[in-house]
Amino acid sequence: MNTAQAGRSHFTYVLRLADTNLVLAQRLGELIGHAPALEEDLGLGNTALDLLGQARLLLTHAGTIEGRGRDEDTLAYFRNEDEFVNATLVEQPNGDFGDTIARQFLFDAWQLPLYERLATSGDTGLAAIAAKGVKEVRYHLRYSSGWILRLGDGTAESHARVQGSLERLWPFTAELFHADDIDREMRAAGIGADLDAVRSDWERQVAATLAEATLERPGDRPWRWFGKRGEHGEHLGRVLAQMQVLQRAHPGARW
Amino acid sequence: MNPVMEADVTAIEADVRVRLADVLDPEIPVLSIVDLGLIRHVRVAANGAVEVGVSPTYSGCPATSVIKADVEQTLRRGGYGEVRIVDVLAPPWTTEWITAEGRSKLHDYGIAPPSAGPVACPQCGSLSTTKLSEFGSTPCKALYRCMRCLEPFDHFKCL
Repeated sequence: MNTAQAGRSHFTYVLRLADTNLVLAQRLGELIGHAPALEEDLGLGNTALDLLGQARLLLTHAGTIEGRGRDEDTLAYFRNEDEFVNATLVEQPNGDFGDTIARQFLFDAWQLPLYERLATSGDTGLAAIAAKGVKEVRYHLRYSSGWILRLGDGTAESHARVQGSLERLWPFTAELFHADDIDREMRAAGIGADLDAVRSDWERQVAATLAEATLERPGDRPWRWFGKRGEHGEHLGRVLAQMQVLQRAHPGARW
Repeated sequence: MNPVMEADVTAIEADVRVRLADVLDPEIPVLSIVDLGLIRHVRVAANGAVEVGVSPTYSGCPATSVIKADVEQTLRRGGYGEVRIVDVLAPPWTTEWITAEGRSKLHDYGIAPPSAGPVACPQCGSLSTTKLSEFGSTPCKALYRCMRCLEPFDHFKCL
């Protein structure tokens, strides 16, 4: 494999992590001022802030790897929908509070074991971002799993609603663990994480929390979502429209 | 500019550190960035240029860019022409780097300092406290309530 191609794979690998965080931060940002209670407004807003901070570091790092002078803002504001390589799960709408929490829990339980592994990546820049992120993601997971418990083991209504959220979102989790050529290449290069190992940690965490919350683990179903290849559903365009409109209308505008 | 002598380098470094102790955290303005353990290194180059290595607390903490601007401004006011602030991500900042003085200032300000064990009420000292919310007014704090004096208070989370 030539160096240029390895560089492109490395860029895409880091960009996928960056975009996944960025899109979820933007989704959670939609809830600021609209969460069901002040504590949840703060909880979801702070989670969004951490994810955005990680995304900015990752975008800057991706831009350095690419070496074409694109900084975090250029990458965030001046790429089109099909150039975004986020996991499909995170572009799903906020829905009701159960949907937001289920999406967050499934995501946090994936991000923690993933970043624990990336903290020892051969890419020292990525390793530093991941090691810093691990400390933050532990809080996010504690928050989201706490709400899974309360909703699952709460009233009949909250139980049924959050079970429905899990059923709807579950098919999007398969993509998180599906290793494609770029994942395999980066793993072989000592940069990427072993997604099978991430999956077994995720399964253990999810099974334990759902059992305690008296919720059922949804069954695995066929899936065909490839956000990380730039193939998105109907939702991402609207997320990006809101995120990018100001910079597209007034390029380079600053506060 | 003439090359600075080795003795000067040590003196400049000491002077820079004294000035950094005056830069306050924008969100907890009783703590300096030295109290918080944010300064990783101070390097003085042969031409007198100063480089300061700063650890961000949380990845997305909005105070980080304010802190970096304040450091630069403070040193420029102190007569340093060439100042460079660099982010130091690894090893990640930990609340264990908050100094003893920083912890006592936090306590006096009404914020319970980071504690792995039970969190003591900064008002009455009781250990009978309960967590109200994992997240508080800034990313670094959680909201608690004292069960004895019934006052709510912030706890600086362990990171």
